[in-house]
Amino acid sequence: MGDKRMKDSRRNFIKRTAALAGTILATSALKPFSAVIFATGKPEDPSKPWYGIGIDIEKCIGCGMCAKACKLENDISQEPFYFRSWVEQYTIRTDGTIKVESPNGGIDGFTQSVPDEEIYKTFFVPKMCNHCAKSPCTQVCPVGATYESPEGIALVDEKYCMGCSYCVQACPYGCRYLHPETKTADKCTLCYHRITKGLQPACMEVCPTHARIYGDLNDTEGELYKFLKEHNCQILKPHLNTGSKLFYNGLSSEVR
Amino acid sequence: MEHLYDILNQVDGYIYPNEIALQWGILIVLYPYITGLVAGAFILASLERVFKVKVLRPTYHLALLTALAFLLVAGLPLISHLGHPLRAYEILMTPHFSSAMAIFGFVYLWYLMAVLLLEIWFDYRRDLVIWSQQSTGIKRRIYKILTLGVTDISPKALEWDEKLGYIITVIGVPSAFLLHGYVGFIFGSIKANPWWSTVMMPVIFLLSAMVSGIALVMFMYMVISRIRKVKIDMACLDEIGKFLFLVLILDFTLESLDQVHRIYEAEESFEILHLLVTGKLTYTLLIFQGLMGTVIPLLILGFFRISLPEEKVRKPLYFLASSLVLFGVFFMRWNVVIGGQLFSKSFLGFTSFKLGMVGLEGFWMALFWMILPFMILSLLLWLLPPWKKQLG
Repeated sequence: MGDKRMKDSRRNFIKRTAALAGTILATSALKPFSAVIFATGKPEDPSKPWYGIGIDIEKCIGCGMCAKACKLENDISQEPFYFRSWVEQYTIRTDGTIKVESPNGGIDGFTQSVPDEEIYKTFFVPKMCNHCAKSPCTQVCPVGATYESPEGIALVDEKYCMGCSYCVQACPYGCRYLHPETKTADKCTLCYHRITKGLQPACMEVCPTHARIYGDLNDTEGELYKFLKEHNCQILKPHLNTGSKLFYNGLSSEVR
Repeated sequence: MEHLYDILNQVDGYIYPNEIALQWGILIVLYPYITGLVAGAFILASLERVFKVKVLRPTYHLALLTALAFLLVAGLPLISHLGHPLRAYEILMTPHFSSAMAIFGFVYLWYLMAVLLLEIWFDYRRDLVIWSQQSTGIKRRIYKILTLGVTDISPKALEWDEKLGYIITVIGVPSAFLLHGYVGFIFGSIKANPWWSTVMMPVIFLLSAMVSGIALVMFMYMVISRIRKVKIDMACLDEIGKFLFLVLILDFTLESLDQVHRIYEAEESFEILHLLVTGKLTYTLLIFQGLMGTVIPLLILGFFRISLPEEKVRKPLYFLASSLVLFGVFFMRWNVVIGGQLFSKSFLGFTSFKLGMVGLEGFWMALFWMILPFMILSLLLWLLPPWKKQLG
């Protein structure tokens, strides 16, 4: 290979260089190079709504109403194994160990099992689907039964899902499960049936401290846009590059 | 639901509430295990035909039929585990190509239809024609159908059989690699799961597949020779042992490399995986897979490379080594599939898994899926006995 190149005539070299330069010039005229990297992936159409979620950990009091309302609104089994939305109680002890609990997803509220003097800090983290822009769950569905709606919401077509559970394995946040009755994948829809009618998702409707909001990331006047601008928000597991659209204010580094 | 409450009480640390139940059980352990046996047996067959290792001739047809018997079963545990098995065909109708699982149906069918069935058909065509003339009754009819109406056994036609069969085997080698490397990718591409997500996964799957397939053919050859009361071709057995030793070394090295790499890099997931290996997987990984399935067979086969004891010592030791390898590779699949679901993706705790006896996902059903390919193989050997084939 190297020998051959050496033997190429100068004329050939100039010809190739010219051709290469020409091609680069032509393509750059078509599509100028742009190094823009979107924080969360890219909306399909910036003129339409593209939803994200904001959760303010500092406001969450761990009442578990969100998890409870979610189950009631979406008719989810009351058994403690299926949750579209749940709350975790984090307790960092003074010795540095972490204790996390979410009894029945927090629906029945919390009690603190660590004695006060051993607590370094404690807080609640509400969890739900991150509605990722580059969602691993929709990526791996072998039949395309799970998909992203134009509004950026990850949904499942239960009439099409074959129940292979590959998406459950692929979700890094544990937000999916196989529905015990339909035997298909199930997850948070951001109460799609409500938000398309102009209502709030059930979990947000009932939150007494207004700790969770959802909104259009394209709307520069919107509440979520303002929330993200005014707070130092973090997403869960950013290294996995899932394009999570669930932004937490006050997220501690212990949270996964 | 009752068993989920039992598991809930056994949760160690914190796991996400949806992680109590394992999504994939014993059936998904069997799927890569059986697929691996297919790929491995086929690769052993191709050693004889493509790479001209003529001493392996006595096991060539056995390896092909073994591959076919197991391939026919490979997809069944997978389909039966689905929430909606009747929707399985959707994967062929509307595959979603960004999914690592989407092309499994095509890879499987390609391997079954374009490689294995064709190769076996070309290889047996002359015998099918002859047997259809010699036998009587139902067998005669089956052979007739299997000839597909092609009854020309002139030397020219046979030459074509040989040529086409050879070409298919050559295509079959990368296909077998594809088949099982691909199965590894299904796990290896899940970035959410650090136990699975490694670029080594397809390679490890492929090598362990070769190890298990070679061991299976060795095992079957010894068993069938015993049943038929014929003498085992020791040169052939030694050669298989040699290849098994070689591939086992490669497999062991790469799997160890994968673990060493994890330990040295000690990323975010290191602590939980360390607890997994030294806790929940102690027996299945360190003892069953590592010691029994790898180290002991390596010592036996390695010892034969240094000094070859007499036949009556070698035979039982080969039998032991191949059985142990088959046992060990099963637990390799177990450790990947089950092990990968025992720890929480929060990296803060563990759920547990107990294999039930009854039910679609139970022990007896798994045993059935494991016995079925052997039954199919017996049928194939009855119908297409390699030892009754015309020579030449």
